[in-house]
Amino acid sequence: MYKYIWLVPLLPLAGAAINGLFGRKFRFSEQLIGSIAVGSVALAFLISVAAVYSYGFGGQAHWPVPYLTSQDGFSFEWIPAGAVSVNHGASYALLNIEWSYQLDPLSSIFMLIVTGVGLCIFIFATGYMHGEAGFYRFFAYMGLFMFAMLVLVMGSNFLMMFVGWEGVGLCSYLLIGYYFDRQEAANASRKAFITNRIGDFGFALAIFGVISTFGTAQYTQVFAQAKSFPLETLGHWGILSWIALGLFIGACGKSAQLPLHVWLPDAMAGPTPVSALIHAATMVTAGLYMVTRTNVIFQHSQTMLLVVALVGAATAIFAATIGITQNDIKKVLAYSTVSQLGFMFMACGVGAFVIGIFHVMTHAFFKALMFLGAGSVIHGMHHEQDMRRMGGLKKYMPYTYWTFFAGWLAICGVIPFSGFWSKDEILWSAASTTQIPLGWLIWLVGTIAAVCTAFYMTRLMAMTFWGRERFLETPAGGEADEAHASAYDKGLAAHDARLPSAGDRPRHEPGEHVGPVHETVASHVASHGHGGHEHGAHIPHESPRSMWAPLVALAVLATIGGFFGVGPAFRFITRAEHPGGRLNIVNWLNPVIWNPATGDFKTAEGGHEAAAAPAGEHGSEPLAEATHEGANGFNLAHAVEGSTHNELATEWIFIIISLVAAGAGMLLGGLFYVWRPSLPDIWAQRLRPLYLASYNKYWVDEFYGWAVTRRTMDAARAVFSFDSKIVDGIVNGFATLSRGLSRVVGGVDKYFVDGLVNTIAAFVARLMSPLLRAAQTGFTQNYALVMVVGLMIAVAAFFAGDIVTALRGIFAAVM
Amino acid sequence: MNMLNCFNPAFMFLFQETDGSRLGLMKHAALNPDLSKFLVIGALLFIIGVAGVLTRRNIIVIFMSIELILNAANLNFVAFSGYLQASGHVNALAGQLFAVFVIVVAAAEAAIGLGIVIALYRNKETIWVDEIDLLKW
Repeated sequence: MYKYIWLVPLLPLAGAAINGLFGRKFRFSEQLIGSIAVGSVALAFLISVAAVYSYGFGGQAHWPVPYLTSQDGFSFEWIPAGAVSVNHGASYALLNIEWSYQLDPLSSIFMLIVTGVGLCIFIFATGYMHGEAGFYRFFAYMGLFMFAMLVLVMGSNFLMMFVGWEGVGLCSYLLIGYYFDRQEAANASRKAFITNRIGDFGFALAIFGVISTFGTAQYTQVFAQAKSFPLETLGHWGILSWIALGLFIGACGKSAQLPLHVWLPDAMAGPTPVSALIHAATMVTAGLYMVTRTNVIFQHSQTMLLVVALVGAATAIFAATIGITQNDIKKVLAYSTVSQLGFMFMACGVGAFVIGIFHVMTHAFFKALMFLGAGSVIHGMHHEQDMRRMGGLKKYMPYTYWTFFAGWLAICGVIPFSGFWSKDEILWSAASTTQIPLGWLIWLVGTIAAVCTAFYMTRLMAMTFWGRERFLETPAGGEADEAHASAYDKGLAAHDARLPSAGDRPRHEPGEHVGPVHETVASHVASHGHGGHEHGAHIPHESPRSMWAPLVALAVLATIGGFFGVGPAFRFITRAEHPGGRLNIVNWLNPVIWNPATGDFKTAEGGHEAAAAPAGEHGSEPLAEATHEGANGFNLAHAVEGSTHNELATEWIFIIISLVAAGAGMLLGGLFYVWRPSLPDIWAQRLRPLYLASYNKYWVDEFYGWAVTRRTMDAARAVFSFDSKIVDGIVNGFATLSRGLSRVVGGVDKYFVDGLVNTIAAFVARLMSPLLRAAQTGFTQNYALVMVVGLMIAVAAFFAGDIVTALRGIFAAVM
Repeated sequence: MNMLNCFNPAFMFLFQETDGSRLGLMKHAALNPDLSKFLVIGALLFIIGVAGVLTRRNIIVIFMSIELILNAANLNFVAFSGYLQASGHVNALAGQLFAVFVIVVAAAEAAIGLGIVIALYRNKETIWVDEIDLLKW
């Protein structure tokens, strides 16, 4: 079955092509567009499931050896580049890059996440985007995104990953700018695109490095060579460190890590399903995919591992503290996403790549769920995004509330929910890492970030679903509508009248059908006369089933998804280091992870060896410890274990710490926003500088505006003035010169050459014209005479010889 | 072959073949004309026609002269046709066919030409060609 994985990316592409090319021309109905889009993704999902099942569990399981579609001929020669020099010209290699898909433990997980979560989001979007004029366009872009994302994760070489990488960037740009008539959406899409270019530059350099080092771009060949390269210790910048640096710059751009995180919060200007699919569940985890895919290269460079871990930790705490003070529900979720991505990079940096991917998976479930829940709230609140105008929605939107509740518990890290398993293991990996120094610092930062996460998520729940129904008290959304309506009457552009925080969709045009429950602006205009108190009618409503059904599916996944990665701390219950055999993500993924201790890829059941290890969750660690312990200094887990003298107790101490962290954050959030709602203002006053810093996102945007945008503009202005004054001056000078010259030449031409020609022509015409005029008598018979004479001459010429002979005969006869 | 007696049987006695005498020889020559005689007559007709076209001022007469030219050509066609038939040429009837064709074209031309003459007369009130000099610049 896994032979047919080449269909997986093609199906969404076909759906996108049909919708995009014909949707508008033939006026496809929303149902048809939705069916094509959802159907193609559903089919891709089914094929993925079948392929992964037959790859990993079927009778002829291929796992864990990577399967390339070129083995069955489903590939083509893509870039036959010929000979390239390798190792600074030391040798040559034939570079022939083929387009074939690779199915291996890592890509299979991403295939399932992308198509599965994508399917939920597609279904949700058919409800959420109902009534949009650009319905076909939305689904065409979304399908194209699915294609690009699947190429990214399924490609068998770096260049295919790059193609997918750029493709998802393009689709992200198109979808953030879906409401391109709104200035902030257009700006946000450009910002996302340009910020990603910086990362892509690093990625491209890294690909060049890979090709010039290894002479090939195919993963299997590159890693087979790379695994025998020497390790590069801290501060030693060998070629693999440089390649890893380039790759990580790319990952920073795509996965919104410091300092390239600025685009992701702004990307919330796109429709909410886009935020859920692209900016939470799939595209932003492409950086994680790339780092994990190239873990051989990263693990060879201790420096880069430390950089990854530190950047991840810094991003996690940085974004989490910003999330505390944001009021826009989608902004909170956006910063939460940045923070969680930081957690994932933390995991990769401390060497626990599998746990990073595990967190990608659980995060895809619960964050997609929360984004879709937020979309449902926004939908139900008539495009209100400001949490200060929500509250008490629990009563009105039961499905949304209870699914969101599951997502909340999952992201906070409450025990059986999915977020707990992955986040706890990240923190444990950080505390117990032996591959890099400073693990204790990363653990500490991660734990504080986890407290912040629980706090702001509780705040979000409290402000949205619990407490007073503030939308009844301050009908601000209604005012926005009214302002909009009157602005519309005055012929102003729609977004001029909108509040900065108002909905992610533009207000609907008058008369446009926006769904069964919605009031249109037209009705507002109509009711304007009697005081506009219809806004009391802005009672939130539950979303249609097409929207809450995916929420339920994702809520189930967010609840139980963590059991795919139950860690070794529970071995007294599960009797196994990583229970579940291949169904456990650690066992499933280990074969793609390089083991620095053995110098080869890990074995599938590597976890079992760890039972004998004093502090490890990976079998490699005793050896790794021996090599790195001295250099890497203080190790928190070892220190704790030194006092407890019990490995299991040590692990449980960390689990309890992370649970306490989650509980503390939730309790603090409850205290601030449920039981004592006056506290936030008081503390905002007391910690005013910190509050302002967080509220203004640490002024990073302002700093970039000053340091990058202004400088770029200044440089552009300087270049422009150089161009307009000097370059244009030279060009214009030459133009003036040639104009003067041409005037001289023109005079010569006009008076001398033309004069000469005219004189000769006039002379000839004067001379000849009487003769020619005389021939034209106008009498028919003259012309006939000429014809006859001509005929006679012609005949005479033709028979000249005969005539001469005849004349001679006559002459002879007469003589 | 005797061409003429098929046209007019009433004059058959003129072409009775006799023997010996001078008159008999002339008769014989008249009854069995060779190709050159037809060509000479055709050439004469042609020259008379051309002279008429070039010299006469009355447009109707010019027309009739043109008819003479056409008939000269017809005569040549028919004469050559007969000559070739006598020499056993396969496609000899083409000449007679052409003659008929020329007659048809001449009839059409005459109709159109007379129409033009009438139109001309209505406008210029003359049919003298030297007074019709509109072609002159």
